[in-house]
Amino acid sequence: MDYLLLQMLNGVQLGLLMFLLAAGLTLTFGIMDLVNLAHGSLYMMGAYIAWTTIGWTDSFVLGALLALPVIFLLGLVVEAVVARRLYVRNHLDQVLATFGLILFFNELVRVIWGPAGKSIAVPTFLNHTVEILPGVPYPAYRFAIIVVGAVVAVLLAWLVARTRIGMLIRAGASNRRMIGALGVNIELLFSLVFGLGAVFAGLAGLMAAPITSVKIGMGDDILILAFVIIVIGGIGSIKGAFIAAMVVGQIDIVGRAFLPDLLKTFLSASAASSAAPAISQVLVYIVMAGVLVWRPTGLFGQRQ
Amino acid sequence: MIAALRTPRGLLTALILLVLAVLPLLTQAFDQRYLLSVGTRIVIWSIAAVSLNMILGYGGLVSFGHAVFFGIGGYAVGILSAHGVSSGWIQWPVALAVATLWAALIGALSLRTRGLYFIMITLAFAQLVYYVGGGLEAYGGDDGLNISRSRFSGLIDLRDKPSFYWLCFAALCGTLWFCGRFANSRFGYVIRGAKSNDLRMMALGFPVFRYRLAAFTISGAFGGLAGILLANEGAYVSPAMMSWVKSGDLIVIVVLGGMGTLLGPLFGAIAFFALEESLPPLLDLLRKGWGEYWQIVFGPLLVLIALYARGGIDSLLGRRAP
Repeated sequence: MDYLLLQMLNGVQLGLLMFLLAAGLTLTFGIMDLVNLAHGSLYMMGAYIAWTTIGWTDSFVLGALLALPVIFLLGLVVEAVVARRLYVRNHLDQVLATFGLILFFNELVRVIWGPAGKSIAVPTFLNHTVEILPGVPYPAYRFAIIVVGAVVAVLLAWLVARTRIGMLIRAGASNRRMIGALGVNIELLFSLVFGLGAVFAGLAGLMAAPITSVKIGMGDDILILAFVIIVIGGIGSIKGAFIAAMVVGQIDIVGRAFLPDLLKTFLSASAASSAAPAISQVLVYIVMAGVLVWRPTGLFGQRQ
Repeated sequence: MIAALRTPRGLLTALILLVLAVLPLLTQAFDQRYLLSVGTRIVIWSIAAVSLNMILGYGGLVSFGHAVFFGIGGYAVGILSAHGVSSGWIQWPVALAVATLWAALIGALSLRTRGLYFIMITLAFAQLVYYVGGGLEAYGGDDGLNISRSRFSGLIDLRDKPSFYWLCFAALCGTLWFCGRFANSRFGYVIRGAKSNDLRMMALGFPVFRYRLAAFTISGAFGGLAGILLANEGAYVSPAMMSWVKSGDLIVIVVLGGMGTLLGPLFGAIAFFALEESLPPLLDLLRKGWGEYWQIVFGPLLVLIALYARGGIDSLLGRRAP
C-alpha cells in the first residue's frame, strides 16, 4: 500500500515535470500555430546552463535563479532568429526547421560542455526524506519538485485565466489576426509566450537534472512524450495538457513499478523484468492512439 | 525520349541514373570500395524516400514515422533469420506482408486525424514499434541483432557487394516506375486533389479516406522493402533503424529534393548523403577537429532549407513539364 502511494507520487512528480514542458508547447502551438520540435532542446539547455551556474554559485537555488533568465533570453533569441519566420509557414516547414535546431543544439552542447554527461547533486537542504504520512518517508527533493511544479501550474492557470496578458493569450489562441487588427502588439506577445515556454522547459530540465542525468539528447525523448500529452489533452488546451500529463505520468511510473510483478505471474522473472519497461512505454502510445480514435482532436481540443 | 535529354532535368536524371547503374564498376576501377557502400545506402534510402513522397509529397500527409517501416521490414527478416529461416523467398514476402499490414492498420487509425495530430500519431506509432524492438531481449533488445543475409540459392549472392548493389538499384528503378505510374493515374490525381482540397474531393463523391488509406498502405509496403534491403546491407537490425531521427531524416530528404516530384527524393538522398560525407572533411580542412561537429553546420542548413528552398533541388532544374 505504501509502495503504491510512493509510486503514485513519483507519477505525479513526473507528470508535473512533463506538464511544464507541455504547457509551453501547447501555448506556442495554440497561439502561434508553431510545431516546435526544438522545445526539448530548451529543456536540455536549461539543465546544462543550470549545471554551469550552479558550479559558479555553489548553490542550487542561486544557480537555478540565475539560469532561468538566461534561458528566457535564449528563448527570445531562438524566437527572433528562427521561430518568428515560421509562424506563417506550414507544419512541414516547421517540423523541418525545428528538427534542424535540435541537431544544432545537440551539437552545440557537445562543443561547449563536451560529450560526457554531467550530474547535478541534489541540494543539501533537500537531501533527506520527509514523512508524507506517519511512517511513510519520501525524498524531500522529489517532494519539492511536486510543490514547485504545482505552484507553477497554479500560477500559469492564474496568468491565463485572470490577467490581461492571459486574456490576450486566450484571444490570440482563438483568432490571432483579429487581435492584431485590434491594435495589440502581437509580435511582442508572441515573443513573450515563446520566452515563457522556454523558461518552463528550462525549469523542468534543471529540476529533473538531479534525479536523471544531464546528457545530450535528454530533451528528445521527453519532448515526444510532451507531444503525446498535448495531443491527448487537445492542442492549445492548458487544462487538457495538465490532465493528460497526470495520466501519462501515472501510466509510466505505475506501469514500470507494477508490470514486472504482474507479468511474473505468467512469464519467467527475467523476461518479465526486461519486457516491463518497454510495455509501460508502449502503453502511453496505445492510450494516445485510443484517445485519438475516440476523439480525433484530443480530450479538450476544439472540434473541427 | 531524346528531346527529354535537352532539358536540364532530363540531362541530370539521365546522368544520375547512368552513374548509379554502373557505380560498382566505377568504384572498382578507382578502387573506392567505401563509395559503393555509400551508394548502396543512397539507393536504399531513396526507395524509402520515394515511398514517403507518395503520401507526403503527392498527398500532403506529413507522416513523421516513416522509418518504422525500415524497422518492420528489417526485423521481419532478422527474426526469421534468427529462427533459421534464411531463404529470401520466404523472408521477403513475409516482411513485405507484415509491413503492408502494419501500414494498413496504422493508416486506418491515423488518417482519422488532421494536421499536427496526424504528425504526432504517426510518430507515436513509430515510437511504439521502436520501444517494442528495444524490449525484444530475445532478439538483442537495444543492442540489435546480427543476422545472416537472405539466401536466394543459385540466383544471387547478397554477400557480394556489387550484386547486392544492383539488386537495390533494380528495386529503386521498380519503385520509381511504380511511383511514376501512381502519380499520373486517376488514383494519384485523387490523392493530389485531396491534398489541395479534401472537402471538394469528398463533395465530388470520392471516398477520400479509402484512397488515402490505400496510398498509405502502398507507401508502407515500399518502406518495408527499403527496410529489408537495409537489414541485408549491414547484416544487422536494431531499434536505431527506426528511431524518430531517421523519420526526420527521411522528411529532410524528400523536402530537400522536392516534394511531389518523381525524382526529387532521389536528388534529395544524394544531396543528403553527399553533405553527410563531405561536411566533416570540409570542416576539418577549415580547422583540424571541427569535422566531428558537422551537425552544427548541418542543423542551421536545414533551417535555411525549410525557410528558403521551397521547391527543393527539383525546382532548380526549371519548370516541370505538365
